[in-house]
Amino acid sequence: MSATYIARSTAVAARRLGDEMVVMSALDSTLFSLSDVAAVLWESADGRTPLDQIVRDRVCSSYDVDHPTALRDAEEFVRALAAHGILFVSEQPIEAPGAQAAAASGSPR
Amino acid sequence: MMLIAELTQKAMRLGVPFAVHVDLTWRCNERCEHCYLEHDDQGEMGTEELLNLFDQLADAGVFFLTLSGGEPMIRRDFWDLVGRARALQFNVKLKTNAVLIRQAEAERLRSLGVEQIQISVYSHRPEVHDAITKLPGSLERTLRGVRALRAAGIKVAMANVMMRSNLADRKAVAALARELGATYSADPTVTPMITGDRSVLDLRIPGSELAGLFHDNELVGDVESFCAPPPPVGDAELDGLPCSAGHSACYVSPYGDVYPCVQFPLPSGNVRRQRFLDIWRQSPQLLEVRSIRMRDLPVCSTCAHMGICTRCPGLAWTEGSMRGPSSADCEKSFYRTGVPSANMLARGLVTFPSGIAETALAAFAPGAHAGLGLIQIAPLPQTAA
Repeated sequence: MSATYIARSTAVAARRLGDEMVVMSALDSTLFSLSDVAAVLWESADGRTPLDQIVRDRVCSSYDVDHPTALRDAEEFVRALAAHGILFVSEQPIEAPGAQAAAASGSPR
Repeated sequence: MMLIAELTQKAMRLGVPFAVHVDLTWRCNERCEHCYLEHDDQGEMGTEELLNLFDQLADAGVFFLTLSGGEPMIRRDFWDLVGRARALQFNVKLKTNAVLIRQAEAERLRSLGVEQIQISVYSHRPEVHDAITKLPGSLERTLRGVRALRAAGIKVAMANVMMRSNLADRKAVAALARELGATYSADPTVTPMITGDRSVLDLRIPGSELAGLFHDNELVGDVESFCAPPPPVGDAELDGLPCSAGHSACYVSPYGDVYPCVQFPLPSGNVRRQRFLDIWRQSPQLLEVRSIRMRDLPVCSTCAHMGICTRCPGLAWTEGSMRGPSSADCEKSFYRTGVPSANMLARGLVTFPSGIAETALAAFAPGAHAGLGLIQIAPLPQTAA
């Protein structure tokens, strides 16, 4: 099974507000409110760390959830954000998410 | 409730300054006749000071960052500042006259992820717009900027401050906005100079013209609903906050002064002397603003309009008291609904035909719905009582 890498688009505004993460797309002004767990995934989306590792090290270690369930939920979540253009998903490490965001603007995976 | 309203409520509960407006400069390439600013540079913050401020704002939890002026794009470090603001992941809104925006600038703003740009357009006619800005050719250059921004895919909001001199052109400006793919907003609010000088208020459109504006479907949407008599006032309204100024939002001047809002110039601290977050949390002025609920307003808490009034605590403060009425908003409420405000009644600005005064006053008590249509009104004075 191939690895999944995730990187935040640079065309967003984002800020922690208490226990949630507020994210707004600069492309279409869509506003997202991410839960605490989702915020962990968002903040870990550096383009270099595999999603599987993020889930194991940052989610399963802090929340009462088994790894297969958490990974399945995480994959569903990152693809939903990718559909809105605020997160990029790849089977290869994403070295320059900003550049990819600019190039892929409007056509995220 | 809309998500944005929920988030703002949460920011208030958590004491987070969710939206901050920073004027990068008060210098400007236009000299708009209604502008409330002093344009001479009296020692505005330098690049490093502003970059440091942005870092502090991000740490404080600011999400919405409005960059304005003056004309912010005349700063030599403008692009560095916007670049840092976006790198810090603020939602950046820019207020500009767009005179300096061509295709290259528009594309650069787009690539930086600036979400929205608000541009003032006063008229579709150069002779009217340019007379207000006092910059020949400004309408042509501003519209060139709007077109470049739209071509780059950036959202543009055309803002029209309605005054005596341009009131007649508002429908044409709205049509121009539609043609250019921009949103349009119109506002009859002219604010006193930040120095306290109130002479610019002479530019306000006369109250008698407000009724026409508020009964224009194109401007307000559903007139019947917008102009309906105010609903009854209950504890929820009385326990409510006057507005978000100082609660989840504030303003920072180019000189580092912190105010509750750009329209509420109550000096509350200076970021050149204190950390932003210390001012936000501990300023006696901001703490006082935050302590006020609608029921604490001696006049407005007795007013039928309390639940729907656009009362601006900043304008009230410029009239003499942050707990007092904002006369311009009293006037708007009256011309919107036909029901006089408690302030107008208390100041004797409303007179009734002989013999019906008691009936009329009862009808206009908080919670009353009736409008008798028998009222004569004197113009509200524009200076503090």
